[in-house]
Amino acid sequence: MSSPQSLPRWADILLVPILSLLLAFLISALVILAIGEDPWEAVKLMVSGSLGSTYGWGYTLYYATNFLFTGLAFAVAFHAAMFNIGAEGQATMGGLGVALVCMALPWPHWTLALPAAMVGGALFGAAWAFIPAWLQAKRGSHIVITTIMFNFIAASVMTYMLSHVLRPPTSMDPATPRFPAGTNLPTMHEILAPLGIEFSRSAPLNITFFIAIIATFGVWILIWRTRLGYEIRAFGKSGPAAVYAGISPVKITVIAMLISGGLSGLMAVNNVMGEAERLVLNSVEGAGFIGIAVALMGRNHPAGIAVAAVLFGFLYQGGAELALWTSIPREMIVVIQALVILFTGALDNMVRLPLEMLFKSLRRRS
Amino acid sequence: MDIATLVQILESTLRLATPLLFACLAGIVTERAGIFDIGLEGKLLVSAFFSAAFAYYSGSAWVGLLVGILSSVAFSILHGLASITFRGNQLISGVAINFLASGMTVVIAQSWFGQGGRTPSLTAEMRFGRLHVPGAEAVADVPVLGSIAQIVTGHSILVYLGLLCVPLIWYMLYRTRFGLRLRAVGENPEAVDTAGVSVVKMRYAAVIIAGVLCGIGGVYLSTSLSAGFVREMSAGRGYIALAAMIFAKWRPWQALGAVLLFGMLEAIANRFPNLDLGIITIPNQFMTALPYILTVIILAGFIGKAIPPRAGGEPYVKER
Repeated sequence: MSSPQSLPRWADILLVPILSLLLAFLISALVILAIGEDPWEAVKLMVSGSLGSTYGWGYTLYYATNFLFTGLAFAVAFHAAMFNIGAEGQATMGGLGVALVCMALPWPHWTLALPAAMVGGALFGAAWAFIPAWLQAKRGSHIVITTIMFNFIAASVMTYMLSHVLRPPTSMDPATPRFPAGTNLPTMHEILAPLGIEFSRSAPLNITFFIAIIATFGVWILIWRTRLGYEIRAFGKSGPAAVYAGISPVKITVIAMLISGGLSGLMAVNNVMGEAERLVLNSVEGAGFIGIAVALMGRNHPAGIAVAAVLFGFLYQGGAELALWTSIPREMIVVIQALVILFTGALDNMVRLPLEMLFKSLRRRS
Repeated sequence: MDIATLVQILESTLRLATPLLFACLAGIVTERAGIFDIGLEGKLLVSAFFSAAFAYYSGSAWVGLLVGILSSVAFSILHGLASITFRGNQLISGVAINFLASGMTVVIAQSWFGQGGRTPSLTAEMRFGRLHVPGAEAVADVPVLGSIAQIVTGHSILVYLGLLCVPLIWYMLYRTRFGLRLRAVGENPEAVDTAGVSVVKMRYAAVIIAGVLCGIGGVYLSTSLSAGFVREMSAGRGYIALAAMIFAKWRPWQALGAVLLFGMLEAIANRFPNLDLGIITIPNQFMTALPYILTVIILAGFIGKAIPPRAGGEPYVKER
């Protein structure tokens, strides 16, 4: 096995993920070809549908906001060497927290409702991550399995809450009633209109986008500029060494997972409060799992995660456009997403090893 | 609750436990060899689709069985490539496989059949018929024996194959040289390597066996339990199988017990959407969540300790 230094830094950060991504896209193109559609036409449709108008951008960045939260959530846990596959369940519970806050009071204005809903979402998400974290730290149960189980338990809790507790008695639909008007967040259209900038009225992009950007900076500062972040990274690199340095594994495991769950829970501010304005079944729509792909592609760095989140936002909106205008079903995005995870995550060495050999032979020649 | 209802529930317990059993045994074989396999769900799904599609094209359930197994084994080899050959993260590979199956089955089904991501319904000859245990008819009127016979008889042949796999896998793991080596590879691969046995080959063998087992489980879903493929028809069964595997502490006979328990929970939840116990009514959602809750409790070590194979999840790097 070759040492990690055998690739230059730029190749490690840029070349490897880009080549992996190209491989994933190439195979996706072959799949599109195989089902009798033109991949080039598909790409043009995706680009124009997701980036060609403020409507398209409004959707692309709306999805990207969701993926930013879940991607950051995965990355924080990953820095502490934990594979938090439970963002889906944590975001589901975050939705419950946001909904309970929104319906608890007749909120007069969104400026009051937003901070409260953020606290509600983050608390519920963090609480849902706390149990697996505590079990991992204290009882040694594997966090991957417990978080998977908690995703399913969250889905059951949500079905129960919506069909038995929160559903208005007059409705058959397992969903909460519409939140009071005072909780409706300003959309990008409303934010940009006073500045004289035209933005699509029907796109769901809202003020939560800016919260996601702040969260991205926040995670960067946390991981690379604070003592806690240092402890998280030290623990992630080597548990025994961290213990020797006086870092408590229980504390770091629990805190990292609380932050991770809190970030997942915050996502609900975007999709539940910002877009749907009520709580419905399966509101997370797999964004928790996409966070894994986003974090892997972004190399668990906030800057990389931001780029990857926009890329996946583009894939999502573009895929929806494809389903609308061609016979390519919406599930094609899931295939592309799977291939991206496979190539940038699991088959990383398939690209990396030949590149290392190439660079080694180049160095020998010079 | 009368006898007829009880018999009905036990009968459907056996039916619902079968796909879990195949996936659970598959999980046991790979994890015993040191490879985490959270891609059981994806393999069930991909096999369910391809078996239904080819059973429909060929008109024979047996062709479906073969193609279903092949598709699941192909996914297994992909998992092996990522986690054994390229030493990637086994969890990430599993996540990718689940997504790939979930998306691919719908995309291909839509392209082949154009029915919104499903296969056409299979007729009787494209499915596995009911197999009647000889003598079951004769004792039908005997009080207890008749009820038992009614539970055991009249299932798809794959149900009996599943039950047969339990002693077979047990024998393979505990009574053959191959099984000893397979378990050793999951506990201490260095030792196996020193003894001159290829860790890579053993691990590939394990994932391929798991692919075959998972494949049969998937075939059962679309050609026995239902009549055709619908999107996401595995419905989390791969994860419940994972839960059952931990519940059984990676042992085949206990796995049978675990999947029967989880199958019975599903059967009861299906039969009684809201279980009325007199004092309280247990909602359906609680029954659905119960396997997962039980697994968390088991994993936490409150009921015995579940210790996974020691080298699980670690790619093996040969010393130079």
